[in-house]
Amino acid sequence: MGIDLSLIWAVIIIFGIMMYVVMDGFDLGIGILFPFLADSSERDVAMNTVAPVWDGNETWLVLGGAGLFAAFPLAYSVILSALYLPIIFMLMGLIFRGVAFEFRFKASAARQHIWDKAFIGGSLVATFFQGVALGAFIHGFPVVDRAYAGGPLDWLTPFSVFCGIALIVAYALLGCTWLIMKTAGDLQKRMHDIGIPLVWAVLAVTGVVSLWTPLTHPDIAERWFSMPNLIFFMPVPILVLLCTFGLLRSIARYAHYSPFLFTLALIFLGYSGLGISLWPNIIPPSVTIWEAAAPPQSQGFTLVGALLIIPLILMYTAWSYYVFRGKVSAEDGYH
Amino acid sequence: MFGLEALELARVQFAFTISFHIIFPAITIGLASFLAVLEGLWLKTRREVYRDLYHFWLKIFAVNFGMGVVSGIVMAYQFGTNWSAFSEFAGSVTGPLLAYEVLTAFFLEAGFLGVMLFGWNRVGPGLHFFSTIMVAVGTLISTFWILASNSWMHTPQGHEIIDGIVVPVDWFAIIFNPSFPYRLAHMAIAAFLAAAFMVGASAAWHLLRGNDNPAIRKMLSMAMWMALIVAPIQALVGDFHGLNTLEHQPAKIAAMEGHWDNSEGGPTPLLLFGWPDMEREETRFKVEIPYLGSLILKHSMTEPIPALKDFPPEDRPNSTIVFWTFRIMVALGLLMIVTGLWSFWLRRRGRLFESRPFLRLVLYMGPSGLVAILAGWFTTEIGRQPWVIYGVMRTADAVSSHSAEQLGLTLALFVLIYFAVFGVGCVYVLRLIGKGPVPHEGKSKGTGGPGEQRTPARPISAADEAIAHEHGDQLGERN
Repeated sequence: MGIDLSLIWAVIIIFGIMMYVVMDGFDLGIGILFPFLADSSERDVAMNTVAPVWDGNETWLVLGGAGLFAAFPLAYSVILSALYLPIIFMLMGLIFRGVAFEFRFKASAARQHIWDKAFIGGSLVATFFQGVALGAFIHGFPVVDRAYAGGPLDWLTPFSVFCGIALIVAYALLGCTWLIMKTAGDLQKRMHDIGIPLVWAVLAVTGVVSLWTPLTHPDIAERWFSMPNLIFFMPVPILVLLCTFGLLRSIARYAHYSPFLFTLALIFLGYSGLGISLWPNIIPPSVTIWEAAAPPQSQGFTLVGALLIIPLILMYTAWSYYVFRGKVSAEDGYH
Repeated sequence: MFGLEALELARVQFAFTISFHIIFPAITIGLASFLAVLEGLWLKTRREVYRDLYHFWLKIFAVNFGMGVVSGIVMAYQFGTNWSAFSEFAGSVTGPLLAYEVLTAFFLEAGFLGVMLFGWNRVGPGLHFFSTIMVAVGTLISTFWILASNSWMHTPQGHEIIDGIVVPVDWFAIIFNPSFPYRLAHMAIAAFLAAAFMVGASAAWHLLRGNDNPAIRKMLSMAMWMALIVAPIQALVGDFHGLNTLEHQPAKIAAMEGHWDNSEGGPTPLLLFGWPDMEREETRFKVEIPYLGSLILKHSMTEPIPALKDFPPEDRPNSTIVFWTFRIMVALGLLMIVTGLWSFWLRRRGRLFESRPFLRLVLYMGPSGLVAILAGWFTTEIGRQPWVIYGVMRTADAVSSHSAEQLGLTLALFVLIYFAVFGVGCVYVLRLIGKGPVPHEGKSKGTGGPGEQRTPARPISAADEAIAHEHGDQLGERN
C-alpha cells in the first residue's frame, strides 16, 4: 500500500471548491449588492473591480465537476441526480450572469439596465441555489444499490432554504469587503456603512446553521460535542468570534484591506467547520471517499494531468491578482 | 409532457445542450487553425491583408470561444444530472477522459490564449505566432480527448467489468479504440470545413453588397481553396468511417441505409429517398439505384449489406431519423464539393469575385458546415441506440430517475435561456462579421492580459465593438 489516491483527490476537490467559494463568492456578492449602488458609474466601477479576475470561478467550478466525475464517479452521479433542480437552476443563473457581465459593457446606455437586471438576477439565483444545494448536501442523501433513492424535491427543506439565504448574506459580505478594499470615495463609504449590519447578519445566520445542523443530525453533534473532540475543535468557534470582532472593528475604523481578509478567514472557518462535520463522507451521511472512489487506474491516470496543470493555473491566477493590485477608480474605464 | 417519457426527455435535453455547445467548439477549432495560417502568411509575406484578416477573425474567434466556455459549463454537469447510472457505471473511463479535456482547455486559457488575444504589441512576432499555433494545437488536443471518450462509447475496449462497474485495464486501448481515428479525423476536418464556409459566406455577403477590398477577396479565395481540396478529402474520410461502422456497428449502417431484409440475398441497392417505417418494418416510397449500396459499403456487386431484420426489434436504432440525418449530411458534403469545383472553374476564368449566382450560393452555404456536423452527430449517436455504450449498457439503464415533469421544466428553461443568451451572442458575431475587416487593424492592439480589464479567460472582452445599434442604422444600410 503506497499512496492513498482517494485522499489526494479529496484534498484536490476540497481545495478546488474552496477556491471557487472564495473567488466566485465576492463577485457574486457584487451582483447581490448591485441594487445598493447608486448610479451606473458606481456600477461600472464595481464591475471593473472584478473584470480582470472573476474568470477564476468557471475554472474551479468546471474543474470541480470534472475532477469529481473522474475520481469519485459514484459521488458525482448520486449528488448531481439528487440535486438535479438546484444544480440546473444554479448553472442557468451563472450563464445569465456570465454573459450579462460581457454584454453590459457592449450595450448602449439605454439597454444597459436590462443587463444590470440579468446580472443581479443571475447572481441571486446562482447563490441561492448553491446554498440550497449545500444545505441539502449537509442533510445527506439516501443511497440504495449505488444510486440516489430519494424523491425529486427532497432537497427542498426549511434548512436548505435557510442555507440559501445564509449564502446570499455571506457572499454579500464578501462582495462588500472586496469593494472596500478595491475602491475609494463615496462607493467605499457606502460599503463601510452597510458592512456593519451585514457582519451581524452573517454572524446570525452562521449561529443558526451551526445550531440547526447538530440539533437535527445526532452524528454531527456527536462529532463536535464528544470528548476529546470538543477540545480539539473548540478553536473553530472561538476563532469565528475573534474574526467577527476584528472585522467589526476594522470596518468601524474605515480600514481598507483588513475587512476583506477577516471575511476570508471567516469563510475559511465556516468551510473547515463543514469539513469537520462531514469528513470523510463524500455523500453524507454514510458514503466515504474510499467507498465512492473510482478504480486506482482512473484516479492515478487523471492525477498525472491534474498535478501538472493545477500548479500552472494557480501561478497564473496569483500573477493576475498581483498585476491587478491597488484601487480601481471611475477613470479606469473598461474599453 | 407531450407524450414523451422521462427517458426521451432526458435524451432531448442532452441533445439540445450538447448540440448548442458543439457549434462553438467546432468554429473555434476551425478558426484557430485558420488564424495560425493567416499569421504564418503575414510573417512570411508581410502583406498587410493577412495581418488585417488575422485581427478581424481574432475578435470573432474570441467571442465564439467565450460562448463555448459558458455553454461548456453545463456539459460538465449534464452527465451526472441526466445520466447518473451511466456516470456511476462508466465514470472511471469517461470521467478521466473528460477531465483531461478540461485541463487542456484551462492550460490554454492560462497561457497561450492571453498572448494570442492581447499580446500582439507586447511580445515578439515569433512568440506570438508560437502562441497562436499552440492555441490551434490545443483545440485539437481537446477534440482528441472528447472524441476518445465518445468513440469508446461506440467501440468500447480496454476495460473489464468488475462488481458491476467498468474498470479501465489498458488506457492505450481505451483511447485508441477502433472507431477513434476515423471519428477524430472526420470531426476535425468537419470543423475546418465549417469555419471555411463561414469565412467564405462572410466574404460573399460583403462582395454581393459591393463592399470589395483585398482582404475580403482573400477571405473568399482561401475559403474556396479549402472547399476544393478538403471537401473531397472529407468524403473519402467519411467513406472510411462508414466502413469502420459497418465492421463494428452493422445495425447503425442498416438503419442509415433503411435496408430491412436480406432473405432474398443478392446485392443491396442504394436508396436515394424513402421513408423507413419502424412499425411496418419496411422503407416506403423508396427510390433506389440497384447494386450501389453493396458497391459503396462492401465494394462488391453481389454481397448484401446488413439488414435491420437481422437484429431483434429492441436492438434496432430509429431508421426514420438516421436515414434522413445521414442524407442531409451527405447532400451538404456533395454541395460543398460542387461549390469547390465551381469556384475552381470561375477562378481559372478570373470571375471568382464577380459571379453573383456563385456568390449567392457561397452565402447560402455559410451554415452548411455546422448543419452537416449536427446531422452527422445525430446519425452516429441515434444510430448507436438503444445502447449508450455499444453492446455494454443500454440507454434506458443509464438514465437518472427524474420525472418527466422535472425534465420537461428544465428543458423548457434551457431552450428559453439558450436562445436568449446565445441568440444575443450570435447576433453580436454576425454584426462583427457585418463590419468586415478594416485596413490597418491591429496596429493599436495590445491592451489586455493578466491584471488588465480584458483578460484571456474572458475572451469575449477581446472584441470591443458595441452590441446595440440605432434602429435607423440597419434600415439605412438596406436602402
